[in-house]
Amino acid sequence: MTVHHVSDVQVTRGNWGSDNPSEVRWERACLLTDLFPERGAAALFGDVQVALFRLPDDAAYGVHAGQVYAVQNLDPFSAANVISRGIVGTRAGEPTVAAPVYKQVFSLVTGTCLVLADKTPKDDLPADLVTYPVEVREDVIYVGLP
Amino acid sequence: MVNSGNPQHLVVIGGGMVAQRLVEALRARDDAGRYRVTVFAEEPRAPYDRVGLTRWFEEGPEGIALGDPSLWADPLVTLHTDRKIESIDRAAKTVTDRLGKVHAYDELVLATGSSAAMPPIPGNDLPGVFVYRTIDDVAALRGWVEEKRRSYPEGKPVRGAVIGGGLLGLEAAGALTALDAQATVIEFGTHLMGVQVDLGGGHALKRLINGKGIGVRAETATSQMKPHRRTGHVGRLDFADGGRLDVDVVVVATGVRPRDELGRAAGLPVGERGGVVVDLTCRTEDPHVWAVGEVACIEGRCLGLVAPGNTMAEVVVDRLLGGLAEFPGADTATKLKLSGVDVASFGDAHARTEDAVEVVWADPVAGVYKKLVLSDDARTLLGGVFVGDAAPYASLRPMLGAELPGDDPSAFLLPEGGGGAPGLELPDDANVCSCNNVSAGTIRGAVTEHRCTDVPGVKACTRAGTTCGACLPLVKKLVDTELERAGIEVSTALCEHFEMSRAQLFDAVRVADLHSFSDIVARFGVSTEVPTGSTTGDASLVEPVETPVGNRGCDICKPVVASILASLGNGHILAGEQSTLQDTNDHMLANLQKDGTYSVVPRMPGGEVTPEGLIVVGQVAKDFGLYTKITGGQRIDMFGARVDQLPDIWRRLVDAGFESGHAYGKSLRTVKSCVGSTWCRYGVQDSVGMAVELELRYRGLRSPHKLKMGVSGCARECAEARGKDVGVIATDKGWNVYVGGNGGQTPRHAKLLAEDLTSEELLRTIDRFLMYYVRTADRLQRTAPWIEEVDGGLEGVREVIMEDSLGICADLDAAMARHVENYEDEWKAVLEDPEKLRRFSSFVNAPKDADPSLAYVTERGQRRPATSAERASGVVIAGPKLEVRA
Repeated sequence: MTVHHVSDVQVTRGNWGSDNPSEVRWERACLLTDLFPERGAAALFGDVQVALFRLPDDAAYGVHAGQVYAVQNLDPFSAANVISRGIVGTRAGEPTVAAPVYKQVFSLVTGTCLVLADKTPKDDLPADLVTYPVEVREDVIYVGLP
Repeated sequence: MVNSGNPQHLVVIGGGMVAQRLVEALRARDDAGRYRVTVFAEEPRAPYDRVGLTRWFEEGPEGIALGDPSLWADPLVTLHTDRKIESIDRAAKTVTDRLGKVHAYDELVLATGSSAAMPPIPGNDLPGVFVYRTIDDVAALRGWVEEKRRSYPEGKPVRGAVIGGGLLGLEAAGALTALDAQATVIEFGTHLMGVQVDLGGGHALKRLINGKGIGVRAETATSQMKPHRRTGHVGRLDFADGGRLDVDVVVVATGVRPRDELGRAAGLPVGERGGVVVDLTCRTEDPHVWAVGEVACIEGRCLGLVAPGNTMAEVVVDRLLGGLAEFPGADTATKLKLSGVDVASFGDAHARTEDAVEVVWADPVAGVYKKLVLSDDARTLLGGVFVGDAAPYASLRPMLGAELPGDDPSAFLLPEGGGGAPGLELPDDANVCSCNNVSAGTIRGAVTEHRCTDVPGVKACTRAGTTCGACLPLVKKLVDTELERAGIEVSTALCEHFEMSRAQLFDAVRVADLHSFSDIVARFGVSTEVPTGSTTGDASLVEPVETPVGNRGCDICKPVVASILASLGNGHILAGEQSTLQDTNDHMLANLQKDGTYSVVPRMPGGEVTPEGLIVVGQVAKDFGLYTKITGGQRIDMFGARVDQLPDIWRRLVDAGFESGHAYGKSLRTVKSCVGSTWCRYGVQDSVGMAVELELRYRGLRSPHKLKMGVSGCARECAEARGKDVGVIATDKGWNVYVGGNGGQTPRHAKLLAEDLTSEELLRTIDRFLMYYVRTADRLQRTAPWIEEVDGGLEGVREVIMEDSLGICADLDAAMARHVENYEDEWKAVLEDPEKLRRFSSFVNAPKDADPSLAYVTERGQRRPATSAERASGVVIAGPKLEVRA
């Protein structure tokens, strides 16, 4: 499979709360090729766990094809760090990941919980996932941490 | 709501099916709690399905359970079993039970039923002569036959005779056959089932009965039963025509007598042929005493069928609650419940109505005889007889008394597909389920008003088809028609990405010969408009097939496609794109636990493990700090393994000769076994050997839901095989195989599929059963509900896999052969492939670091995940960084 990626272009996304990219601390996560397309992987930054997802270069993902997304690895509904192990797919065209424990579905783009599956979050955690900006430069993935 | 006032006391004497119906109806309708009811049963058990008595042999007490057992837990209902009532004092309004206790009543219902009639044939009291009425009778009969068999040299058959060729006699003969005894039916009249079936039908019936290996002697009077010279047990029947028959067991089924002795003693009028006389409201001469069921003499006769008894029970309940119901006349429609013999009749089967016209269709070679009885203008249906093919019965019986559509009534009798029988539009008041008195209108209402969308829902809502089940084909037809009419399309779509059901998708993928999710979703997926913009359409990447826009599947359809691809043999489940379809359990080849760690289960086929194996498992668990527990499937589960530890754990297990146990998959889990004939004093076959063979044969087989199996070495059933999807129980001659059992939320007992199979036949039968299930069941549908949905139920499954009615057996066999041939240990393959091993890292930037959020406490000498409270209070004593001996 040919790897399609953004090179020499800075791309930032995310809704984690700051409009000012200067407040972002960019951390190297891994090589793009370390990620299996359409599967997640966890990355550890201090005590922050981030779930990384690389979408395949498939037309079905529309504008999201070939992109890398980062959300919190903590599953709000089980309080276990497992979001990176969910199944990737789409809901109404939106790229999603399903929590592997109780099958809630989250948007990979916005972190919004799209399917609650009759559950409430554990320990009063917010139901939506925090997202992190991602940058891919020369096949290296960087994650923007607050 | 319970009435605050004092409820009236209703006493019911008798604990049979009609008594149960009366209590059910009362509790369903008496919202105000106007009555409390006490039932006195002579038998030491709650009411059961006497009509299905023969099922007791195959399925045990559960097979003849009746209604909802919670009925007897209702605070307004009291059931006294083993408590015969000895007398009634109508003046004092009391009854006295066998213990001498006196019970007052406000209203009294006699529901004492009948007893089996014993004709005055000399020798009818010899040991080995039985009647066929209660569970005790049936149990005694079985005990006798088994005792006789044990006393005989191997191969010598137990010879049985049934006196009486009516409905009950034929069921008794079927029961003898089920016990592996020979059976000959002795009928005094000209033909079998003389009450329900005419002479022509009787001849066809005789051929069918002979075909079941049961002998028939019609027009034969038994003059005496002679004892065996040595044992004193019944040994011979002598007939009036000089004939003789050597026997070991005799069942007398010549009719029943109403149990009217209490009524007689209480001075109530009884009919000429017995039975307590009641009017159309089911009331006796005493305004506070009622009679229902077989003991009631209504319109001058007693009715030995459950349907009119149930109607009487409903009438009495209506009257007690102030209604004006009357007995509408008896529905004497009957259907023989003997497997492989279709007999049904209804209405004026003998064409006794003046000027009645008979339309007959007969195929003597096939043993089929069908007859309609019509009014003189050949339009109005008066009755019918069906032998050998009772298919028209369910739809025609409710048309009794109505005009048949179309010009040619014989069209209704032609074999299916042979003629154009006009569609029957049942009037709303047509009685569809006579056991539970459910009309076509009620069934339609269940769909239109109560929003039921399938047959199980309608059954629960209306009780239609819950007793004998004969009407179920018609119920299904009505439900389907009504759903269609209401425009309710029952969606079988998997999810938003596929409009097909799992079974449809399976066939589509197989026929189209597709091998990847991308190809499958391109070909069969649903297209979704992407709201955020256009696609990056690089046309050179894909084949001319248009990729459905915005559809890359989800956590529902992807594992289904993964399972289909695995069943069709597409290599390792982590190979290429397949790995993206797997739920985390299949992806990590381990079972996800609540804290994000996994559990590990090596296969121990049949629950057999060597001491060396046990030591390895114990040492691995100790070295990696895993919590260990014995599973219900006779193996060992090790909990608390992190993803990065899984390959290290498995390398040691594989080196010691273990392989994946597939505890993580929707696939065969275990084949549980008892120790069997190799050690057990009672075992008749090597159940462990068979369990090991089965587990090694079906290991790794992906299925719509998890699959469990069991093998017991004798009828004591220590492996609890009947609680499994496939249960095998050893017999003297081979193996019985049961299917459709499960534990869990809705426990089910497996039902008998085939008996006395050789080992080779057993494997072939299970091969086909499993492969047929794998191909046609819905997502997450276990075998029990799947069997119910197969056309014809268990019998339908049997026809497909034992008689090859669909002509697919060769294909099923080949598919299973491929599975067996291509099996590889999934874990061994992972350990040999660095690319696959790469998935097993905790963090992509710190592959061997433990998840810092894991926390444990020790309980009963082992660790378990800490609760939120324990984390907060800091009692956590075992962190994630346990010392691990590599």
